Amino acid sequence: MTAIHAPRILRPHPLPAALLVLLCLLCLPGRPAAAATPFDQGITLLAARDFQSKAQAIDLLADSGDTRARSILTALLAGRLFHVKKTGALVLAEKQGRAYRITGALSGTAEGTVRKRALRKVTINNRLRRHIKAVLARLDLTDPDPAVRLAAVNAMLSTLDPGSIGLLTKLRAGEQDPRVRDALATAIAIGGLRSSDSRTRLDALAGLDGNLNPAVRNELVQLIADEQDEAVRSRARATLASIETRIAWSGLAETLFFGLSTGSVLVLAAIGLAITFGVIGVINMAHGELIMLGAYTSYVLQQLLPGSVGLALLLSVPVAFLVSGGVGIVIEKTVIRFLYGRPLETLLATFGISLILQQAVRTIFSPLNRSVASPAWMSGMIQVNPVLSLTMNRLTILAFTALVFSGLYWIMKKSAMGLQVRAVAQNRAMARAMGVRAARVDALTFGLGSGIAGMAGVALSQLTNVGPNLGQAYIIDSFLVVVFGGVGNLWGTLLGGLTLGVANKFMEPWTGAVLAKIMILVFIILFIQKRPSGLFPQKGRAEA
Amino acid sequence: MTTRFAALLLAAFLLAGITAPGQARAGNDTIKVGILHSLSGTMAISETTLKDTMLMLIDEQNRKGGLLGRKLEAVVVDPASNWPLFAEKARELIEKDHVAAVFGCWTSVSRKSVLPVFEELDSLLFYPVQYEGEESSKNVFYTGAAPNQQAIPAVDYLMNEMGIERWVLAGTDYVYPRTTNKILEAYLKSKGVKDKDIMINYTPFGYSDWQSIVAEIKKFGSAGKKTAVVSTINGDANVPFYKELGNQGITADKIPVIAFSVGEEELSGIDTKPLVGHLAAWNYFMSVDTKINEDFIDTWHAFIKDDNRVTNDPMEAHFIGFNMWVKAVEKAGTTDPDAVQKAIIGVTVPNLSGGYAAMMPNHHITKPVLIGEIQDDGQFEIVWRTPGMEAGDAWSDYLPGSRDLIADWREPLACGNFNVKSGKCSGSK
Repeated sequence: MTAIHAPRILRPHPLPAALLVLLCLLCLPGRPAAAATPFDQGITLLAARDFQSKAQAIDLLADSGDTRARSILTALLAGRLFHVKKTGALVLAEKQGRAYRITGALSGTAEGTVRKRALRKVTINNRLRRHIKAVLARLDLTDPDPAVRLAAVNAMLSTLDPGSIGLLTKLRAGEQDPRVRDALATAIAIGGLRSSDSRTRLDALAGLDGNLNPAVRNELVQLIADEQDEAVRSRARATLASIETRIAWSGLAETLFFGLSTGSVLVLAAIGLAITFGVIGVINMAHGELIMLGAYTSYVLQQLLPGSVGLALLLSVPVAFLVSGGVGIVIEKTVIRFLYGRPLETLLATFGISLILQQAVRTIFSPLNRSVASPAWMSGMIQVNPVLSLTMNRLTILAFTALVFSGLYWIMKKSAMGLQVRAVAQNRAMARAMGVRAARVDALTFGLGSGIAGMAGVALSQLTNVGPNLGQAYIIDSFLVVVFGGVGNLWGTLLGGLTLGVANKFMEPWTGAVLAKIMILVFIILFIQKRPSGLFPQKGRAEA
Repeated sequence: MTTRFAALLLAAFLLAGITAPGQARAGNDTIKVGILHSLSGTMAISETTLKDTMLMLIDEQNRKGGLLGRKLEAVVVDPASNWPLFAEKARELIEKDHVAAVFGCWTSVSRKSVLPVFEELDSLLFYPVQYEGEESSKNVFYTGAAPNQQAIPAVDYLMNEMGIERWVLAGTDYVYPRTTNKILEAYLKSKGVKDKDIMINYTPFGYSDWQSIVAEIKKFGSAGKKTAVVSTINGDANVPFYKELGNQGITADKIPVIAFSVGEEELSGIDTKPLVGHLAAWNYFMSVDTKINEDFIDTWHAFIKDDNRVTNDPMEAHFIGFNMWVKAVEKAGTTDPDAVQKAIIGVTVPNLSGGYAAMMPNHHITKPVLIGEIQDDGQFEIVWRTPGMEAGDAWSDYLPGSRDLIADWREPLACGNFNVKSGKCSGSK
């Protein structure tokens, strides 16, 4: 640290004390450290360009005991800490449109908004990020919020040393929250495993049965490799075995969850097709593009409602239904209506429509992918145990699929419209004789299937790229699911989709993603040879 | 007799009348430059920008007075992300439009598709994208990085600077990731990394269901040793991959991901908050702090009329390649491919990161290697760079078949795959 930096930092805060420090620095350039507090030194060092000095700065700040250190380190970690280029003042900056609103990092007073060019970010790299997290974890150990304390203890588990174990042992005595106590106990037990006394090691092992923390497992593997004492080693083996069993079960549950969530996406994509293809027998190659339109709807709504990501997403569910459904009805009225009973022409015509829709999207939105933000309640995960966690976006989509499926099921089985749709599908002539307006029912059915495709698009916008090619990725899978499940049967589609998803995920770890997909395809081809009408063949569907 | 003569005259006149304007365009007034980048289909995302870059460079050159006293004229064709169509369009550019050189291609398969055309018709192709190496053609100039200019230094950085001991090599299932990972695997093993500390995984193009693979990476990374992912995942599949990493709580300080195909352009379409701290290795970043780069960005923004557009590594490669070609043509005094091929070896032009790029005898160029960390504004913070320049190596030193091969297109060797052990030049000459 040099005396040159100090005045730059101190200039915006012309407090008498700071002036004194400044004077001291100027008259004693060789010993600036004597006058500045560790906190001030740290702040000065943050202006250095090299990461080494910044690491030193972080340590100085953390050990300073200054109450401002925490907020400064947190801001540094979040990338919100800047220097004003002109004055060198350290500020917290918050992006506001194209400008930045800045607050003095030390004073906490608002200093207006500036352009980005006027600021220089205090940059950090991964090593520093890890360093700050470790430092913050140490500070967090005494935080009043038990959740913060728990996270802090867990963060320390992977980097335990004798010093930190001693610290944690001390903390345990005063800890009230049971979960934090458990985590502390784990940390202390790991410390016990490293003890030179075999008695202590055995005691420590007893507390670790079934503990799923990865740090524990690694410690045990290490212990078994190095252990001299036979009794301790066999006990460690037993402990490790109990952990492995629990991990295996968790792994199974995880794979099942992954399979179900993959399956739910398949079901969601295919269920609209189950209506258009299954009920009215239209091979709709543009189905994927109707999904894509739904995804773009959620993008547009997010652009229209900036700042309320979650609301935009929720709103886009009904809007996407209307948009895709509307486009579907237009397609039915203008093209498909004239092609009933001519599957090949329908296939070609709808393929043409799919290309038109893709190019339209390319022209309107550019060929680049668009990003649809995820709301906070759809990101992150629920930690069931240290090795099993369920991601929120997948859980949400699983629930959404269930909702859409039951809604659709209700429409088809209980509503008047569903009755008419089924009647037309089973016997068109008879239905018309009974006064059902078959042409109108066809259009509505097609619209319903298309609208559901749009809702699937909203869900997919949370998982994959929103781009002109989105639909193509799902059209093949959708047809597979419908054919596998049995044409014209909603339950078949549900079961078919989930089965394929789960099968895919169970195979993936052995075969890899590429081969798993191929094997599923081969399986379906063989299955269709045996049972041409799928899992649930529709009975009594005389005319096709 | 006279009527016949008159008819002949008339015919000649007509012919001249028809062909004259066409010839004026193709002939002596302008030098034509072919641009062979997909403007539709899956690759349009990346390649459209490169088409615009070329138009900008040609525009700039014309403003400076053209080349050899003639104006340059861009001929843009659209191979539509369709590999066989690349070959057809290349033939069209060379035979019909008589272009002096072609700048184009992105994927390796498109380059392999046009390669025979360029060799047969003896024309020039400047290829601007990082690729897997194992190739050196008389007619192709590789201005992107070879594996030793991107992948190997990146792994060195992780190993030496970050202390990584366990490696996940994840890639999209096609030639570039497969070859790169083969080289990296051999390289890691030569550094003493054990089999059980390397996990290799391939996924299809445009893959989006990353949950189980990310879970596997998480498990692999929880074994106590520091783990990193070396990603050759291409294009679209990256967004859901990074999203899933974020959702499963894998941040850059736990398991960093270093990517070879993710640049500013790819990041401009996504929310980069969960990606902060993950890495990329390139030979250029938009955030490079040099005067020449600032000028390049300003020119680009003025040309494309949008201040939010980013610049990226392949754009720099075209910048270098185009300037090299211009310099070689000036040196040779002609656009004749043979003369330019001879003249261009040894040509040195400034790159955008404050150094110089030289064309090596193996048709690859010298580049610095930069490692950048993703920031929340979609830019990269440069955390490391090679002290000097790396010369592109066409044939990797870490693969058994290619270890003994060298490429040198200078006379008298003039060979793209000379075997130093057997002393023979196999294949194309």
